[in-house]
Amino acid sequence: MKPTRKYPLTLHVNGETYELEVKPQRTLLEVLRNELELTGTNEGCATGDCGACTVLLDGLPVTACLVLALDAHGRQVTTVEGLATAEELHPLQRAFVERGAIQCGYCTPGLIISAYALLQENPRPDEAAVRLAIAGNLCRCTGYTKVVEAVLAAAEAMYAGRSAPATSTQMADM
Amino acid sequence: MCAFSYIGKRIPKPDAVEKATGRVIYGHDLKVPRMLHAKVLRSPLPHAHILHVDTSRAERLPGVKAVITADDFPPRRFGFAKDRTPLTGDKVRRVGDEVAAVAAVDEETAEEALELIRVEYEPLPAVFDPEEALKPDAPLIHEERGSNLFRHQEYVHGNPDRALDEADVVVEDVFELGYMQPTPLETCFCLAAFDPSGRLTVWSTTQIPFLLQRDLAEALGIPGHHIRIIQTAIGGGFGRGLDMYSFEPICVWLARKAGRPVRLAFTRQEEFIAAECRQPMRIWSRAGAMKDGRLWVRDVKVLLDNGAYVSWGTVTTLVFMETVGSLYRVPHARMVSDSVYTNNPITGAVRGFGNPQSTFVVETQMDRLAEAIGMDPLEFRLRNANRPFEETPQGIKVTSCGLKECLEAVAERIGWKHRHERRPQEGPVRRGIGIAATMNVGGGARIYRSDGCGAIVKVDDFGQVTVMTGATEIGQGSDVIVAQIVAEELGIPPETILIVNNDTALTPWDVGVHASRTTFIAGNAALIAAREVKRQILETAEELLEAAAEDLELRDGFVVVRGSPERRVPFDKVVRARHFRQGGEVIVGHGWYDPPNEMVGADGKGNISAAYGFGAQAIEVEVDLETGKVKPLRVISAHDVGRAINPMYVEGQIEGGVVMGLGYALLEELQVREGRVLNPTLLDYRLLTALDAPQIESVIIETDDPEGPFGAKGVGEMGTNPTAAAVANAIYDAVGVRITQLPITPERVLRAVESRK
Repeated sequence: MKPTRKYPLTLHVNGETYELEVKPQRTLLEVLRNELELTGTNEGCATGDCGACTVLLDGLPVTACLVLALDAHGRQVTTVEGLATAEELHPLQRAFVERGAIQCGYCTPGLIISAYALLQENPRPDEAAVRLAIAGNLCRCTGYTKVVEAVLAAAEAMYAGRSAPATSTQMADM
Repeated sequence: MCAFSYIGKRIPKPDAVEKATGRVIYGHDLKVPRMLHAKVLRSPLPHAHILHVDTSRAERLPGVKAVITADDFPPRRFGFAKDRTPLTGDKVRRVGDEVAAVAAVDEETAEEALELIRVEYEPLPAVFDPEEALKPDAPLIHEERGSNLFRHQEYVHGNPDRALDEADVVVEDVFELGYMQPTPLETCFCLAAFDPSGRLTVWSTTQIPFLLQRDLAEALGIPGHHIRIIQTAIGGGFGRGLDMYSFEPICVWLARKAGRPVRLAFTRQEEFIAAECRQPMRIWSRAGAMKDGRLWVRDVKVLLDNGAYVSWGTVTTLVFMETVGSLYRVPHARMVSDSVYTNNPITGAVRGFGNPQSTFVVETQMDRLAEAIGMDPLEFRLRNANRPFEETPQGIKVTSCGLKECLEAVAERIGWKHRHERRPQEGPVRRGIGIAATMNVGGGARIYRSDGCGAIVKVDDFGQVTVMTGATEIGQGSDVIVAQIVAEELGIPPETILIVNNDTALTPWDVGVHASRTTFIAGNAALIAAREVKRQILETAEELLEAAAEDLELRDGFVVVRGSPERRVPFDKVVRARHFRQGGEVIVGHGWYDPPNEMVGADGKGNISAAYGFGAQAIEVEVDLETGKVKPLRVISAHDVGRAINPMYVEGQIEGGVVMGLGYALLEELQVREGRVLNPTLLDYRLLTALDAPQIESVIIETDDPEGPFGAKGVGEMGTNPTAAAVANAIYDAVGVRITQLPITPERVLRAVESRK
């Protein structure tokens, strides 16, 4: 029999505070997805191998399937839903969209969070740094080429203080 | 300069923004009121009689709402060979066979209930090797068949026996190819719900919504017209969803018994055990050539392990056969294949569908033949390359063909001519370059009675264009391709078009997303529907603009009189003018496209596709002689795609295909011992990471196919096909050893290097 008693949990997610009661065996991933309905963070393996559930915990990337929810008590969590504002995509999201870095999209939120953590630390990474930063995020669709290009383009755009290229049709005239 | 407004543009997929922001809804995200969670009890034994199943304790567990065993199902079978039942009642034939299932209020309760089910087994002798399975005293997997041989096929053209005597050189190898898993990031998913009138809705990760509708009807005895399949956003397919699996009728039957919606999602471990994988094959192959550089003969025997049940995967030999008989001009060819039952995991469809296997064989031996006659491997390939508009002895009617251009492009970009000049000849780390080509169906593949797809284009009173297409979007980008094709025809931006592609109640029939067929087939269907809509629009605009239809064009959302741009009328106004009048009508066009291809005959001959894609890869690798590790450094991949409707996603297919091919070549292998999967995790079954994947340069060759929509052909599988062969050829170039087993692990490289000493 698994424990059924619930414990209080305070979570700060994407700038909002949630007061919850959860069983001790619940992972952060389960709470984000099932209790808070933040389904942008995906489960690919539940064993920490695929990176689809990568979120920031106090600013550092973790696989949410390996974090017990109660261990995140009182801490800051950022998920993919926390990056875009109502008006504007984050430059990383914009670059992923415009450069074809998204196919099935299941790994995308994890990749974007890992890349976000990298750019916080190193605003002008080279290709090797990008590949290292996303090495824990498996992608079956893209072969990573366009993902790496998108992260580099977003870094460039953010560094230049503006977001990535204007419209897709302008890009198309190449 | 491009003559098109939207064809050939790098336009993002319509679902890209919702995927980037986490707002997209995958199956795993779905919740509906009163939804239950299902778990399946699987056999721990590879072959055993079931003596008794006791579910009474599970049924009494609080929170359990339904428990089912084989007895709950009507006596019906399903699958390609009708050799399966959703739950098995008499005996289990593989580790993982579905024996009982539970629906409960949450997953934990369902799991606990499984532990309370008692199954008494009587173990039977099992067989795990297809050669052993063919021996007369082997245990029978399906007794009623009387043999473990499922399918024997022979193909021949020319006179291979004589040709093997005539050939100046003959090479011979045995190839041993392992299990590969499709491994989409989202595991299998099903949510089933009945409405009060008995109609069933299934939300699914399937790649074949209309065949799933049929398969569920057949397996369960529910009328097909009472079944509606809705595809959620799908987290990858790669062939995984081409068959109905047991879990789907199980989920439906639990929903029926419980009278509540039931959700069933695989764990990753279950995915590795129960999702169908690429066929392991043992292949004996001989190939011969003439000293003057003519490829002369191929003679191939294939032994294919079906596992415990047969899926669509058993016809991978048809695709295998095309490469043997028609990649390059080969006057004599024979292929004999046996598909065999064993007590191993079930094999099925995985991207490439037999072609990565056959291309590995054929392209390895092309290199060996070139060496044997002292010719450059590139020159040997060019000499024998297929040409446009030729019919092969197999009955394959090649239309557009850029094989020669692909080979030349990759050779030039990788520096083929000077490849031996700058590389280290000493020390533990050596470098080499290998080349391989591929031919793949690019205009559908008729393996079912219909290879068709339908499309409906409608325009509403506000000018909104909606396309309802049978095409299934599994990430590859069919939604944007269909939008661009319709946009081009109607002269409106593709971003404004709404695509409905996920509901059998709304969309017209399609056979499924497989065989790199969607751009060609669904694209043509959408084009036909768009042309009909355009005809209707022009008919009404003729009146409004007082001009003849031939003087009108659709441009940027207007109907414009050619040569007088000031005489124009906005698109939506035309639509309303047609609608809001006595005897008016709405604007809607229907398109159906079933390509001019044919089923392969019993003799293995026939034009299976209406067009063929061609491609070539050049790969540079580093081989460490001390560790045996092979590191891919650079991949150039050129593909004749007819026309790239959207180059960004053509590249995406190529790049993703290459990395999947590298996985097949170097890393990915389901370790199966006595029917058990030993590595059912993403830690132990390795996919390439961003650090392992090399730089990939895609080269798009356009040949404007006469039958393709705007000249386009399929590309989905092509990137995966030649990769293992190109890697093996590069390893030979680097260190002089031939590896004929996949994956090419460091251990296999070291053994080969040592045995050469």
